[in-house]
Amino acid sequence: MSTEERPKKLDLNRNDMPRQPPEIRRHNFSEVALGYTQDLVMAEAKRCMQCKKPRCVTGCPVEIDIPGFVSFVTKGDFASGIKKLKEKNCLPAVCGRVCPQESQCESQCILKNKGAEVAIGRIERFLADWEAAEGVVEIPPRPKPTGKKIAVVGSGPAGITVAGDLILLGHEVTVFEALHRAGGVLTYGIPEFRLPKRIVAREVDYVQKLGVNVVTDFVVGKTRTVDELLEEYDAIFIGTGAGLPWFMNIPGENLNGVYSANEYLTRMNLMQGYKFPNSSTPVKRHTRVAVVGGGNVAMDSARTALRRGAKEVHIIYRRSMNELPARHEEVENAEEEGVIFSVLTLPLRYIGDEDGWLQEIECMKMELGEPDASGRRSPVEIEGSNFTVKFDALVCAIGNSPNPLIPSTTAGLQTTKRGTLVADPETGKTTRDRIWAGGDIVTGAATVILAMGAGRKAARSIHAYLS
Amino acid sequence: MNRVVQSEMLVPNMHLLEIEAPEIASKIKPGQFVILRSEEEGERIPLSVADWDKDKGTITIVFMEAGASTGRLAALAPGASVATCVGPLGNATEIARFGTVMVVAGCYGIGSIYPVVRDLKNHGNTVVTVMEARSSYLLYWTNRFVGLSDKIIPITRDGSRGYKGHVTRLQDVINGLSSPPDRIIVNGCTYLMARTSEITKGMGIPTVVNLNPIMIDGTGMCGVCRVTVTGKMKFACVDGPEFDGHEVDWKEFLARRKQYVDEEALYFKRSEPAPVIAKALHKEGKCQA
Repeated sequence: MSTEERPKKLDLNRNDMPRQPPEIRRHNFSEVALGYTQDLVMAEAKRCMQCKKPRCVTGCPVEIDIPGFVSFVTKGDFASGIKKLKEKNCLPAVCGRVCPQESQCESQCILKNKGAEVAIGRIERFLADWEAAEGVVEIPPRPKPTGKKIAVVGSGPAGITVAGDLILLGHEVTVFEALHRAGGVLTYGIPEFRLPKRIVAREVDYVQKLGVNVVTDFVVGKTRTVDELLEEYDAIFIGTGAGLPWFMNIPGENLNGVYSANEYLTRMNLMQGYKFPNSSTPVKRHTRVAVVGGGNVAMDSARTALRRGAKEVHIIYRRSMNELPARHEEVENAEEEGVIFSVLTLPLRYIGDEDGWLQEIECMKMELGEPDASGRRSPVEIEGSNFTVKFDALVCAIGNSPNPLIPSTTAGLQTTKRGTLVADPETGKTTRDRIWAGGDIVTGAATVILAMGAGRKAARSIHAYLS
Repeated sequence: MNRVVQSEMLVPNMHLLEIEAPEIASKIKPGQFVILRSEEEGERIPLSVADWDKDKGTITIVFMEAGASTGRLAALAPGASVATCVGPLGNATEIARFGTVMVVAGCYGIGSIYPVVRDLKNHGNTVVTVMEARSSYLLYWTNRFVGLSDKIIPITRDGSRGYKGHVTRLQDVINGLSSPPDRIIVNGCTYLMARTSEITKGMGIPTVVNLNPIMIDGTGMCGVCRVTVTGKMKFACVDGPEFDGHEVDWKEFLARRKQYVDEEALYFKRSEPAPVIAKALHKEGKCQA
């Protein structure tokens, strides 16, 4: 871009994205953020300095040409913008909504020092939504078939990316999904109000239109093992994510009213529990809900509980507000909606009644000590600070580890101590021939964009192997 | 979509569905289960598999109508389809040559124990089959067990067949044998499994139960099926469903089983058309526990 196209002077007014007002949205499951209008997106794009050495790109795990697509937006050429974006990111509608931009691309923006980084994620989201609304999604012609068959295990972000890439190279691709709807964590985990399911369905529909065969209700490792699939397929990609919930190993965790975040969110999202009793999967009405954890899953659970009519919802987190690992925007949304942040607090045990229902939580106050291995100041217990609070539900959102179903039914697949699969970070190759892996099953619970990036690399490696 | 081949009410409130599921039929082993969803928007429910036919590519489920989801399944006619049929899930029943094995079955468990008995017999065991029901007219499939069991002993609450009383009579049943069995395998409602385990613990007879907790995904993801066994948290879907009955925390398990009893009962108030069986029967039977 020539210098005259750069903004003449610094514009430090980061454009807010319209959202549903908190007092309205805390009573519905519709999407909170409404997205930029054309005027807003162009105004925001024009703030981009079009740096010669764009640092934002280095902050992106898949190195999207950010100044490239943003410059198309400044001219109102959204068709070219989305095309540029999709060169590197096949799930822009999803990433625009759920990527932690503040710690990736936007954290590197030159305007960040002035506290006014370009809202890259919101521009990305606009382009994806614009494409969907304008109905100009192009289905490229099917390439000449190579005759090679690939099985993809898991239909989350990693699996969908691998499938989409390999089908465009002429291979035959089948995706196996254990649940009844494709999308993985995007479908069962992230709530409707943050990532509408029609957006996930659209992405799955797209790869199906490209020719990918998606088989739901099929548990690889049970319905058929990886080795059995290898008899039929030339290569396998494992993208089964991190779906095994952690609990705290404290007394009372099996009381009724205590949920893993996976259960709580799956009931609501995948099983449409938020419509109960008009849907079949029962969900309880709770009055006082505690959510343990400080990540996105904790925010999702807390905000879901509010929308289900809870009177009071607390986030219980053992560090302080500064250490919350959730996306900044989601913390802000949760606060606006009325979620109470009980930080520097550690649950010690859950206390139930005679019939096994949760009544109270005993907690302890914490203070911040020295930084730990993660670089965050570690929480230290304050002796004698124990107290109990009444809650009738508790959602445990402290993380997940990879599901052992596939490693335990596939001989020769090496795993780490954390239960993740050993795979080459550049190619996704596992310790077994013809088997690749990527996403959370390799990295442990991480982000959509990283999973997608891993899928990309694996697709490249699988294609090279098959050619 | 898996098509229903056969649908039948075996005895009041107890239903049989034979469903096309060739992949599952070719893979399944005794003790494993499937997750069914009757329709889009339907609930995912785990159900034990009572029989299968590899050649026909079908599996057979026996289940009790206890709420909306089982009610909808019960109402499916041949030719209809279920929205989800996924499996086989869980681990298979451990089967070897144990010697004399007593199986104790009640409710849907009479169906799900059938393939276990078949396999036990194939492994050269002496099999004693104990069937429990409220009354003789609620026993089913007895003829199927004839060739496979060395002895069939019914226990009925009203005494209309075999021993009179509840499963608490098991002690008498065992004492009535020439020697106690080397192993006991129990399939059925929580009450049956808990009571049997309690009785046999005192007698020192190894007892295996096939737990039936609430589940969603059935692959270890949701954790709703967690159960305390030997003081440790286990997931019935992937660590079980079979556990040492003497080590299960039954009080907790029973409480967890009952989590949605109120919501299930809603079905009988709201459902249109009316449930296949009247609510009165459910009140009387204790099997939902």
